[in-house]
Amino acid sequence: MDEISEATEPKLANDGGPATINVAGSTPELVPDHTTDDLKIVMGEFEGPLDLLLHLIRQEQVSIYDIPVARITDQYLRYLHLMQELDIAVAGDFLVMAATLIELKTRMLLPRDPFAAAEEEEDPRKDLVDQLLEYQKYKAAAQMLWSRAVVERAVFKRAEIETDKNNPEVVVGVFDLFKVFQEILARHKEEVLLEIEREEISMAEMLETLRNMVMSSGEVNLRTFFERARSRRELVLAFLSVLELVRTTQITLIQQETFGDILARVSS
Amino acid sequence: MNEAATSKEREASEIEEVDDLASSVEESLAETDHEEIDARPYALQSESERKAVVEALIYVSDEPLSAKSIAEVLKDDQETIEAAVVSLAEEFNRRAGGLQLREVAGGWQFATRPEYHEHVRAFLKSRPSAKLSLASLETLAVIAYKQPITVPEILDIRGVQSPSSIKTLLDKKLIVAKGRKETVGRPMMYGTSKEFLIQFGLKDLSELPSIEDFQDLAGNVV
Repeated sequence: MDEISEATEPKLANDGGPATINVAGSTPELVPDHTTDDLKIVMGEFEGPLDLLLHLIRQEQVSIYDIPVARITDQYLRYLHLMQELDIAVAGDFLVMAATLIELKTRMLLPRDPFAAAEEEEDPRKDLVDQLLEYQKYKAAAQMLWSRAVVERAVFKRAEIETDKNNPEVVVGVFDLFKVFQEILARHKEEVLLEIEREEISMAEMLETLRNMVMSSGEVNLRTFFERARSRRELVLAFLSVLELVRTTQITLIQQETFGDILARVSS
Repeated sequence: MNEAATSKEREASEIEEVDDLASSVEESLAETDHEEIDARPYALQSESERKAVVEALIYVSDEPLSAKSIAEVLKDDQETIEAAVVSLAEEFNRRAGGLQLREVAGGWQFATRPEYHEHVRAFLKSRPSAKLSLASLETLAVIAYKQPITVPEILDIRGVQSPSSIKTLLDKKLIVAKGRKETVGRPMMYGTSKEFLIQFGLKDLSELPSIEDFQDLAGNVV
């Protein structure tokens, strides 16, 4: 029964754990951080500029039908500032709303046209208010859906009967087909990569190769040796082999002219 | 000794009962082998037999079963079946047991009662499935009430873009594409699916409360 009464509370994110983020907005509070001595600001998480605006309207305790634009705009901009200072990425939609609010604020400041009839003038806030009211309805509807889902999750259907699997009808949509195709493409790509890895040479093999090359022909041009590498990995191994064989004094490196080719010869 | 005798008798009669039942099942199976299953009418003897058959069918169906489908299978009149199901549901639910017979997604289904979810979950060792994010829920609400609707139209209402919500909802099969709108750009329109009805326990879309009911007076906080 507890879970069902919880359904009326708009806490969707962390259930149980320390709720530092409350979904659907909450007044930001300063809380002590237990790990450091700083004070943390806990900000609500907003689903978009409309959500933030609704929260501000509620926080400022003003009527949605008579929004004090200047005040709300200032609050809104302060929030954006705060988010940016805290290095929280601000989505473009928030900025669009900021621009909208600023424009609205200036429009409200302009003196009314003295020649226009008083009733004809439309409240410049009307569009925004309409949008807010509309959004609010769907926000509440989303809450209702969530409650229903909670109850539904508490309801179980019977376990499988063997005839269930015999049902060959699969409802497939275009997006399913597309997803399958994507998966096949991805798998294909992966498979190709695997093949290349199997042919990769090991460090020991590379050492052996270099040693044999130097032994059999007496000297090896390092440039030609490095050019044999088929991948970056092999190049690195080749270089390391050269260093290793030099270190163990099995070969010596000779350069006959400045910036000339480097040759590897068997150490005498 | 007398007890032993009667219990042996009981066993014997039980075995006989099963034998008889087995023979009658085999007989009816043998008959269907020789006839076209489709052409065979099912003669239901009585109201209670009808309800019993309906109950059995709803049980074995892995999806909510509509009265229409049942009527088709039994070659019976749809209205009669509907009345039978409703009556069956009333009887069954009056029992106040661990199960309920309910109407969801246009059909009927047996399901456990939510009150006992903890025990069922413990038994099934199942964890609650991933919940939808608020953004997805809002998007879903808009789609549910305004379907068919395009992505830009959803954006107008929510004031924020959320392409991942659409993808999530499609992945969970809660929404489906419903053709393109014949305007500039021919954008795709979306609507809710049968799975949506099932996951939110709705009989059909009309069971959603009217959107005007959400005209929150919290708009006026002062």
